Amino acid sequence: MFGLDKKDARTFLFVIAITLLAPFILNPFPTESALAQFNAGYPDLMQRFVIFGIFAIGFNILFGLTGYLSFGHAAFLGVGSYAAVWMFKLLSFNIIPAIALSIVVAGLFSLAIGYICLRRSGIYFSILTLAFAQMSFAMAYSVLSNPSFNLTNGETGLQVYASDPQYLKGNGPDITHLFGLEMNSTTTLEIGAWAFQFNAGFYVCAAFMIAAFYIALRIFRSPFGLMLRAIKTNQTRLNYTGLNSRPYMLAAFVISGMYAGLAGGLLAATDPLAGAERMQWTASGEVVLMTILGGAGTLLGPVLGAAFIKYFENIFSKINDTVLHTWFSFMPESIENLLVAIIHPFVGKGWHLTLGLMFMLIVIFLPGGLVDGGMRIWNRITGRSRTQTDPVADPKPAE
Amino acid sequence: MDAILLQVLNGLDKGSAYALIALGLTLIFGTLGVVNFAHGALFMIGAFVAVTLQRVLNLSIETIDPDKKDFLGNPLKVQTPYVEAWFGESAGQVIIGWSVPLAILAVIPIMLLIGFVMERGLIRHFYKRPHADQILVTFGLAIVFQEIVKAIFGANPIQTPAPEALAGVWNLGAWLGLSLPYPAWRIVYFVFSAIVISGVFAFLQFTTFGMVVRAGMADRETVGLLGINIDRRFTLMFGVAAAVAGLAGVMYAPINPPNYHWGMDFLVLSFVVVVVGGMGSLPGAVLAGFLLGILESFASTTWATTNFPGINQIIIYLVAIVILLARPRGLMGRKGVMEE
Repeated sequence: MFGLDKKDARTFLFVIAITLLAPFILNPFPTESALAQFNAGYPDLMQRFVIFGIFAIGFNILFGLTGYLSFGHAAFLGVGSYAAVWMFKLLSFNIIPAIALSIVVAGLFSLAIGYICLRRSGIYFSILTLAFAQMSFAMAYSVLSNPSFNLTNGETGLQVYASDPQYLKGNGPDITHLFGLEMNSTTTLEIGAWAFQFNAGFYVCAAFMIAAFYIALRIFRSPFGLMLRAIKTNQTRLNYTGLNSRPYMLAAFVISGMYAGLAGGLLAATDPLAGAERMQWTASGEVVLMTILGGAGTLLGPVLGAAFIKYFENIFSKINDTVLHTWFSFMPESIENLLVAIIHPFVGKGWHLTLGLMFMLIVIFLPGGLVDGGMRIWNRITGRSRTQTDPVADPKPAE
Repeated sequence: MDAILLQVLNGLDKGSAYALIALGLTLIFGTLGVVNFAHGALFMIGAFVAVTLQRVLNLSIETIDPDKKDFLGNPLKVQTPYVEAWFGESAGQVIIGWSVPLAILAVIPIMLLIGFVMERGLIRHFYKRPHADQILVTFGLAIVFQEIVKAIFGANPIQTPAPEALAGVWNLGAWLGLSLPYPAWRIVYFVFSAIVISGVFAFLQFTTFGMVVRAGMADRETVGLLGINIDRRFTLMFGVAAAVAGLAGVMYAPINPPNYHWGMDFLVLSFVVVVVGGMGSLPGAVLAGFLLGILESFASTTWATTNFPGINQIIIYLVAIVILLARPRGLMGRKGVMEE
């Protein structure tokens, strides 16, 4: 089916099912219950799940397959966002031209950067991409927003104003839409105590993610994907066989850049503004973390990682001292206060501390990511030997 | 002439910070072969040691002064720092004023300890893992350091004044017949970093320990076969590198009020410096640090920014890109070291 073998087709159908049913799956707790704060089934968060899923899938094509660690992918996401917002400003709020342009611009941008960065490998490559991303960030933040040539609107961020031309707008809607289908229109389905929200923006993004996943799947199984894996395994040997690996690398880099551009365009499509902070290197670090956490080089890993990080970011940063006190209120007051004091630095505004610790723990103990961890547990349960796991996902021993 | 010299001076203090951080990075890379993304965070921790010491010295005892009364006639409470109560008022004030230089004494053992714990507890397990893993785990560590500091000291920059005697302006060029007033502390910083850098080089060049370390950098295996415990020495070098970063941070605090994301700001630039200087080359790191610092300061002149807007923000990256493409091993890199 779809040119996939049986196992891949099953994975693909699984992803489709999970994505389309996300409003149900992510809303396991009744709306009024105390656990409702752990629900993730509201439009804003679900949109971020799939958008960052796309970003991570794209990053995985570069990092997972070739092993080249880029620390500057957020730049492509940022460029995509800017391009999309410019389309909103100039044409109309229809998202299709915006997303098309964001992919194209990010692709060209990554072609230029990749052409230079890919002359080096290893940590040089990481540092070069980092340098380019920081340079783009610095330029977007200051240089490109002077009064005579305001491309990025600096610190405020680029947004659509009523005075913008919007030549094709006519009498179309005043918010982002897909041929009239407004991105923020939501239908709520109430079943008993549950309320499930179906958001147009989420489903549009989900459609893009499914397409992105399909393309990634095909790349993974193609001769091209095999070539990329060969680069990861032993680039020197590949070069000695007479193959020039650079065009393959560049293609992988540009493809992942276009994925990032698509994610950036979708971010702008769900919320039409773009800021320079999207290009900062912490944002690049985040996508690296998503990919590693889920499992670099695996198909499902990046999507899982993205959802995992975005979910915990959202939930953890919402927990404040009041919430903690209600949780532990059954205990004696001194223990309650002690527990709250211990947990306090890790939640709410301190969420990044948890993120950093998680990052370290994953890299130290689970280099294969969640997918590999799950696989190991599964094999332990079924009693199968580990030799059957995918050799790509198989991590090297720590020592 | 004055203007040019002024820009050179401007570049020297930032260049000193780059050079010190890059020196530490190169030491770690040259000895242990590890890419330490947490090195900027060590620099930041150094600055916060100065902040902490200043706060500790300002801890005050609250006494009631019977002689003074506020406007309602109640006795006035007076805050006296403990050091003033112990050593007398004038000596106490001097101690508080000199808290930043005093922090040097505190920062060396603290950073050595952090360095040892980091190397033995974490980095050691990553020698045989790919560079990407090393980058990732130290990156995670950098986030953790940064967030801990943020949780303790808050997100705002903290003013950390220099001693009053060194806070003024020196007219440096007076004996050259030039008028060149310049903040004294920045000159102190440059001199200080020159001392630290020469100290590290002297340590490596003129002591037996340094000789063994250099031998280990050249051929670790052979040194190990000679029955020398090279790992222990490399661990110590990691501590030294951390201490150098800490020293750079302590003394930088009066120049620029420290805040928690300092580490990341300097780290990216320091890596660029290392790459420009040549991975694994200690003199290269120092040279490139000063060069890029001076270059950055020239790019920040009004002439440069009006003709090439934004050049001051991207000049370092531009130079790095040109160097990496034209001379991949960097200014002073040895042939064949990390060249591909």
